[in-house]
Amino acid sequence: MTIHNLYIFDKYGTLLHYGEWNRIKQSGITKEEEAKLMYGMLFSIKSFVNKISPTDSKEGFLYYKTNKYALHYYETPSGLRFVINTDTASTSVKEFLQQYYSKVWVEYVVKNPLWNGAPVTSDLFKQKSDEFIKQSVMFA
Amino acid sequence: MVIYGVYIVSKSGGLIFNHDHNIPKVENERVFSYPIDLTLDYDPKRVSVAFGQKDGINVGHVLIAINGIPVNGSTTDEGKDVKELIENEQNFPLTLKFSRPKMTTNEKIFLASMFYPLFAIASQLSPVPKSSGIEVLEADTFKLHCFQTLTGVKFMTVAETTQTGMDVFLRKIYELYADYVLKNPFYSLEMPIRCELFDANLQGLLEQIEKTGITNI
Repeated sequence: MTIHNLYIFDKYGTLLHYGEWNRIKQSGITKEEEAKLMYGMLFSIKSFVNKISPTDSKEGFLYYKTNKYALHYYETPSGLRFVINTDTASTSVKEFLQQYYSKVWVEYVVKNPLWNGAPVTSDLFKQKSDEFIKQSVMFA
Repeated sequence: MVIYGVYIVSKSGGLIFNHDHNIPKVENERVFSYPIDLTLDYDPKRVSVAFGQKDGINVGHVLIAINGIPVNGSTTDEGKDVKELIENEQNFPLTLKFSRPKMTTNEKIFLASMFYPLFAIASQLSPVPKSSGIEVLEADTFKLHCFQTLTGVKFMTVAETTQTGMDVFLRKIYELYADYVLKNPFYSLEMPIRCELFDANLQGLLEQIEKTGITNI
């Protein structure tokens, strides 16, 4: 099992953080463009899911899988979006993203008084984030 | 074990077949006193709930009837304006009926063409080489399975999240498509499927799944 990469977006679609571990293929476009494409896709998926859903949904979109990877999505009520790409066999990634939010994001970004909502530059956060991902059972 | 719908999208992204199956009707009726405890959004096309979920009436539901009289867009069938009716205290108590918006054929065509780029971007943004497009997409209320044939036709089903064996079912629909659509001399490729035999066989397949489960097909 592997974790490929992680994107964190705010509610306006700004890429706040990007982490990469076992990424074998690059998309061939710049990081900024890739982030826009990713956010745009998620935005469309969200509205697609809302319309096609047979009953009223609460959480909405959870993940999608292709034959090679799975993209998991977690959105907080404040509009923060966590996106993680793993292999297709990974399970309970949603819980993992919730843990990541409360143990890494809230602790090292939200509680950092120097953070003003812009893309995160804190080295402590980057280090803790990397540690947290590498410790997970999915990473191995 | 419920299958909500079957969609077939041509290789150029157009919806060529759609079948709805057991879509639950979400309708709620309640007597309201003045002023109503819902925030409504008055759009010329539809009156919908913007805020204040209560008694099964959720945000996004549209107003379909007032005192039993059907509502069309922002006017009732009698020609009265919905906003004036609801904002005038003398009309109360009012019985309002709300329902989850149903998808129109146009919206379905729109959604099908929306899935096409999503499918392509998913493979472009892949962190690993040679990835296919979206095969399974899960939300809290349903699971969408997509099977793309070598010729680019996409077969999609929307089913309950617990439904298994959908890959077998999708291949079975492909078989029906090959037998009753492609072999029909009156069918031209890329055009909407209007083949009675296909409809009947698909209906039969769905009924069989409901009776005996997916493993027996």
